[in-house]
Amino acid sequence: MDLSFGPRYEDFRSEVRQFIQEHGSKSPQAGNSGSKKAMAWQTLLIENGYAARTIPKDYGGYGGSPDIIESRIIAEEFSKKQISTGLGGQGISMLVPVLLEMGSEAQKKQFVGPTIRGEMLWCQGYSEPGAGSDLASLSTKAVIDGDDWVINGQKIWTSTAHLADWIFCLVRTEPTKPKHQGISFLLFKMNTPGIEIRPLVDMTGDANFNEVFFTDVRVPKDQIVGERGQGWMVANAILGHERGSLAPPDAAQSRLNGVIKLMEEKNFAGEKVIDNPVFRDRLMKIQGRILAMKCNDLRLLSAKINKNQDTQLASMIVKLQGTELRHELESLAIDVMGELGLAYGDNPYIKGGGSWQYQYMYYLGLIIGGGTSQIQKNIISERGLGMPREPKIERKD
Amino acid sequence: MEFGLSNDQSLLQNQVARFLKEKVPLDLVRAVAEGRQTDRIIWSELTELGLPGIMIDESLGGLGLGLLDASIIAERLGYGVTPSPFLTSAIIAPTVLQLSKQREDILSKIVTGETRVGIAFNQAIRPAHESGFEIKNGKLDGSLLFAIDSDADYYLVADSDKTIYLIDRNSAGLESIPLSTVEKTRSSAELKFSQVEGDKISDDPDIFDKAWNAGLVGLAADNLGAAQCALDQAVNYANQREQFNRVIASFQAVKHMCAEMAAQLEPCRAMVWYAAHAFSDIPEESTMMASHTKAHLSEVGQFVTRTSTEVHGGMGFTDLVGLHYWFKRCGFNRQALGSPELLRDRAAIAQDLVP
Repeated sequence: MDLSFGPRYEDFRSEVRQFIQEHGSKSPQAGNSGSKKAMAWQTLLIENGYAARTIPKDYGGYGGSPDIIESRIIAEEFSKKQISTGLGGQGISMLVPVLLEMGSEAQKKQFVGPTIRGEMLWCQGYSEPGAGSDLASLSTKAVIDGDDWVINGQKIWTSTAHLADWIFCLVRTEPTKPKHQGISFLLFKMNTPGIEIRPLVDMTGDANFNEVFFTDVRVPKDQIVGERGQGWMVANAILGHERGSLAPPDAAQSRLNGVIKLMEEKNFAGEKVIDNPVFRDRLMKIQGRILAMKCNDLRLLSAKINKNQDTQLASMIVKLQGTELRHELESLAIDVMGELGLAYGDNPYIKGGGSWQYQYMYYLGLIIGGGTSQIQKNIISERGLGMPREPKIERKD
Repeated sequence: MEFGLSNDQSLLQNQVARFLKEKVPLDLVRAVAEGRQTDRIIWSELTELGLPGIMIDESLGGLGLGLLDASIIAERLGYGVTPSPFLTSAIIAPTVLQLSKQREDILSKIVTGETRVGIAFNQAIRPAHESGFEIKNGKLDGSLLFAIDSDADYYLVADSDKTIYLIDRNSAGLESIPLSTVEKTRSSAELKFSQVEGDKISDDPDIFDKAWNAGLVGLAADNLGAAQCALDQAVNYANQREQFNRVIASFQAVKHMCAEMAAQLEPCRAMVWYAAHAFSDIPEESTMMASHTKAHLSEVGQFVTRTSTEVHGGMGFTDLVGLHYWFKRCGFNRQALGSPELLRDRAAIAQDLVP
């Protein structure tokens, strides 16, 4: 056991702190991704290696060699000072890693740089009304006509579709092949004729997602990642990337600290919720579970660095445990506030900008999104515990 | 940075696992539980591996290892529901006697397996029942319930001020009466004191708290192993048992129960490691971590052993399959040294969250 990163990394930590001290004031607020300030900050981060750190210089990145500990230290220090770690979004977090691994040289040159600088925004076209948990049964089809793919069909749960310049999209191109082998991964512009976007308002009151309709959308046929029929493999590489990041234990811990603050506030009678033993026990129960997930995270980090532990099961359970836990945590905050926990929108008595209410609902969405809890349990039992799959039912068609 | 077991620790754990599988099968556990055999035969075998002295200084013949090493042994003992006084004699007593620098003679005899030391801490932790002792004329008067290890040669007992005394089992005025509990793989006793001579070991509450923490981590590790075995048995059973012309492991209802057990249990492994590491290396977090870890493992252990029983259907409820030994092992671990509620309160106190 050695939880320190050693002197070389402590030097690196000082460098990061120095940078934050000098430039931290230029950091935009979180969620302010489209602004000029956010783009300038992103450029500064890339120049100094705090964003796009391991992306080669040729493609617009910083060109550093991959180092898990350095990435961790950057994340820790930025989070401590609540400084933005730069632009996020599905283009940067999901498409870029895939392009670097499976894209052609031309695609890397064309897309990676503008994407990481925030000049090119992406959305993800995966789920369909008839293909949710059973994503591989998707039916949006693309056929070759001359030099183009012609796409028809519908996508749903497409976040940022209304803002995106481009979409990375799964479409069925080989209808006669088994479902997993008939899918291709296409890239195209969102302003292509034949694309219609309809916002999908969810329980938070916001339209976090959209429906996207394709009618004879023509896309040049070289805008494909990998070969025809390899799209499922490409998509799975990205989904693996998405799952672990939906429920980071550090974020849960910082939310927990927020609940503690809320519980320590005095009400008009001069009482604090934290002095109520029933509430305190609920808080402590959740804290215990967060600590377990933090320790699990430490183990996963160590396994990545030292490559000497089998942590397959330990990483498989993160999305399931993390999202359920987070939802319970937000729910505790609502109960702490009582009726004030109902306040929403322009209610003048709202606390914390309504973030508890919002996250309480949003995390219910995350329990479902990115592979539902039930799908997670299938994965855990089949791949983690070696239990057999449910017997298949013959296709209707 | 390295957060995990070292090669030596993994080797030790595998060695003990193999040993227990071979030497302490369920038949022997059952024989001890039913009173046809005592755990002394098991303890003397474990002594040959040096385990009683795992945390005792090398100068006294021990292995001089830490709580993490002891925890990975406790985990294996829990996995095999092995009857033994490991928690009290190998973890708690050595912690108390070494921190207080007392009674090296007893430590040496723990190493050789000649002596085992039980504990009765519940007066200091919080009595859930009417018992307790006081000092009259410099001697102990009163009683303590649920002392752990009815076969011990000595007992470490603590009063409400966390002052710890060592009592020789053969002292005049001491009566030790075995108490039946649901858990048959570890024994409990009532200690009755009538003007019993006690050797005051420590009046430093800090020493008591450290011994408490070490015991909590040991119990949590025992629970980790017991729950892991209950989960393994559930998966094995589900993979073999057939109904409706298929193994029941292919039904999502059953798979999801197993997945839920794994999802709750797997992070506990890292939590036990961290709590054990904090005990020696991050003292400011030790009380909070030890309390949270035992409380959390108690909840997960209860959930897993109960759910595993359900996966086994009616057979899980029988004595024949013996799954109840794991269920009861976790039941004992849950109450010993403080219930989950009491320990979460202690964790809150450690963070100054209690008025």
